[in-house]
Amino acid sequence: MIATFKRLKERGILGMNRRNADFIMPFNPRRNYPLVDDKVLTKKLAQEAGLAVPELYGVIDTNYKVKGLQSLLGGLDSFVIKPSRGSGGNGILVAESRRKDLFFKHDGSVLDMNQIKYHTANILSGMYSLGAIMDKAMVEYKVKFDPIFKEVSFQGVPDIRVIVFRGVPVMSMLRLPTKLSSGRANLHQGAIGVGVDVCEGITLGAMWRNRPITHHPDTAAPLKSIQIPGWDEILINAARAREIVGLDYLGVDIVLDEDLGPMILEFNARPGLAIQLANGCGLRPRLEQVQNIQDLPPQPEKRVELAKELFARQETATAAL
Amino acid sequence: MIRNNRGIIAIAVVITSLAGLIFIYKVKHLGLPLTPDQEVHLWNVEARITFDSPPGPAQVKAAIPLTPPGFQIMGEDFISGSYGLSVQTEGQNRYAHWTVRRTRGSQALYYRVQLRRVENDSMLQKGGIPAPPMVPRYGEMEKAAAMAILEEARRSSADVATFVRQFLVRFNDPNPSENYRFFLRQASTPMEKINIQMHILAGARVPARVIQGVLLADGKRTLEITPWLQVHNGRKWLTFNPDTSEQGLPENLLVWRIGQEPLLEAQGVRNLNINFSSSIFSENMLRLTGEYPVSSSSLLLGYSFFNLPLHTQNLYKVLLLIPLGALLVVFSRNVIGIPTFGTFMPILIALAFKETNLAVGIVLFVVIVAMGLALRSVLDRMHLLLVPRLASVLILVIMSMAAISILSHKLGIPSGLSAAMFPMVILAMTIERMSVVWEESGPGDAIGQGLGSLAVAVVAFGMFRNDLLEHLFFVFPELVLVVLAACILLGRYTGYRVSELIRFRTA
Repeated sequence: MIATFKRLKERGILGMNRRNADFIMPFNPRRNYPLVDDKVLTKKLAQEAGLAVPELYGVIDTNYKVKGLQSLLGGLDSFVIKPSRGSGGNGILVAESRRKDLFFKHDGSVLDMNQIKYHTANILSGMYSLGAIMDKAMVEYKVKFDPIFKEVSFQGVPDIRVIVFRGVPVMSMLRLPTKLSSGRANLHQGAIGVGVDVCEGITLGAMWRNRPITHHPDTAAPLKSIQIPGWDEILINAARAREIVGLDYLGVDIVLDEDLGPMILEFNARPGLAIQLANGCGLRPRLEQVQNIQDLPPQPEKRVELAKELFARQETATAAL
Repeated sequence: MIRNNRGIIAIAVVITSLAGLIFIYKVKHLGLPLTPDQEVHLWNVEARITFDSPPGPAQVKAAIPLTPPGFQIMGEDFISGSYGLSVQTEGQNRYAHWTVRRTRGSQALYYRVQLRRVENDSMLQKGGIPAPPMVPRYGEMEKAAAMAILEEARRSSADVATFVRQFLVRFNDPNPSENYRFFLRQASTPMEKINIQMHILAGARVPARVIQGVLLADGKRTLEITPWLQVHNGRKWLTFNPDTSEQGLPENLLVWRIGQEPLLEAQGVRNLNINFSSSIFSENMLRLTGEYPVSSSSLLLGYSFFNLPLHTQNLYKVLLLIPLGALLVVFSRNVIGIPTFGTFMPILIALAFKETNLAVGIVLFVVIVAMGLALRSVLDRMHLLLVPRLASVLILVIMSMAAISILSHKLGIPSGLSAAMFPMVILAMTIERMSVVWEESGPGDAIGQGLGSLAVAVVAFGMFRNDLLEHLFFVFPELVLVVLAACILLGRYTGYRVSELIRFRTA
């Protein structure tokens, strides 16, 4: 056990306690949390900053308005309903297609209006939210993900998670839904985490349920060496998040839409640590490198360049592993 | 904001040492017991006053201990028969006054006192610095002898204490010098002897007095009252054995009164006599602490839990252990990384286990939660909103608990009755949380978190059941500060959790 402790320390693996005490608490001012905890607000802020986000069709914030769902969904073939303050990907309902009054989930199961209303009411009562407080339900555009991910995702939408520290992207991964995760892209629910070279946007090794894998368990497609299109734009969008919400330690979730390109999905003030396993590399040395830089350039583009300089050599070293 | 680890450690050290100091003070100085079954030896001293009374009224006035040095009076009683009794304090002494209007024949009165040995002789020093006595008007020969004695003692001494000791050594010499022999002729009783010693010492203007006490011995039935010499050195009274010149109060000397007057005064009686006996007995220390504040002057005990009503005391016996449970939760979550439902739910479950006992508690908990989960899944189909659904789960939990109690009573299993001890709101919330986790993350996570909570609860239960811990935290509530310091330190623990060692083992 002590040997593992030492090995993890040597590899610079960041633990939960250190993440909270040394990075989240000192770098993320508490007062800015509401900006990322409330996804309606995050979306608005990102949009004002000129970033692309999935279009918001409507917000349902009282039980009375649940009745209005019918007309809100009237002209839509697909949509996503999710809690504004949800955590860990809980409470997200995705309707993929529609036939008359019935919607269908990605696994083909039927959703009638009553089920949608019940789910919405559950969201409002705070069932999926941090601290079980009253919440709002968001109805938004369902992303049509980029065909590059067609082979490596099983139902649901893959997304890209970038850890941004002081506005510098330090590590990234691709999160692929599986049958086990029932279409969700959250690792602890069974999604695959694929490490992505933060400089080049090429996938490295992958992990699933805390174990390394090479192929998608459902589609059998290889996971390595996929070049994510528009990587620089993704990084710049992620780097801008710092100024938008005023948090220095952030997880930025981005989806790649077939037609609309990279879109900001949400920000996370307490991003998970599994990204280290996906990349086969610890966060701590990178975070400390960024922490030691005295004056960071204010322009996101410069910070992305800086990240590429800082992490390029290490990245190839990791890839060689 | 203190982010500096050194600052945090300093704060924790300060808090811990503060608690440690109070703790040591209470153990060493106030003599509070470290274990719940620690026993203390007490002296039981009995004074038996006997006399013959001719027909008619009788009065007996007896000196009794007031604040004997080296002892603390834990209890006393008087056996007075038909006599009226009054107790009063006069100066530095206390007297019991027995009176009766009509009596005859041989009579006996008793005074019994229970004493505990303590390190404290300040009681004897009350009354300020006495004025030095006048030099007595010695006779011619007497004066020459006294001055020679004093001069000799003074030559070989440095201060009052050594002066008196030198004097007493020569006074008690088996072959005394001519000067001493002059005085020794007049000393036939111990009291006369001390009076002569004081008479000579007055020649050097040394303030002196007599104290009378009983040398206690276990199981002795005939103890004598003996006089002891005290001289004042300008700061305090020093005690000397008039026969051996030994300085200091013997540990087993119970001072009965200050002054040389006889212990007893009586009117209308004959053959007045007093007899002492003493014995040692054991008493549970904690019970004593509860019943008699060790030292009324100690603020710490004046404001302790011992002064609360008994049922409140019992409540605090439980409450004071909760910080320890909270520390356990902190440790399990931040150092080990055990997933639990809610932060402090395991503590509440452990408290419930305390009422039911462990095996029954676990079985009942599992049964109630399982029943609740099953019923909750039925409720789920009705598409109820969160709060009404939570209320419904709560009602179902109470019904399950009632059903278990009634059924087990019918079947003759008395332990099932304790189902009612569980905090049902906690159970209802557990069930709700568990079913959400079950749905969202699968049964593995739900059962894992349930077992994690249960495991922490079982360990917490072990702590709550521990008599020694309960005793320590109740008698020494300052230990809660140590727990606080530990929580503060763990709050800055940034190392890996044990669960992360497993999670990241492939890294």
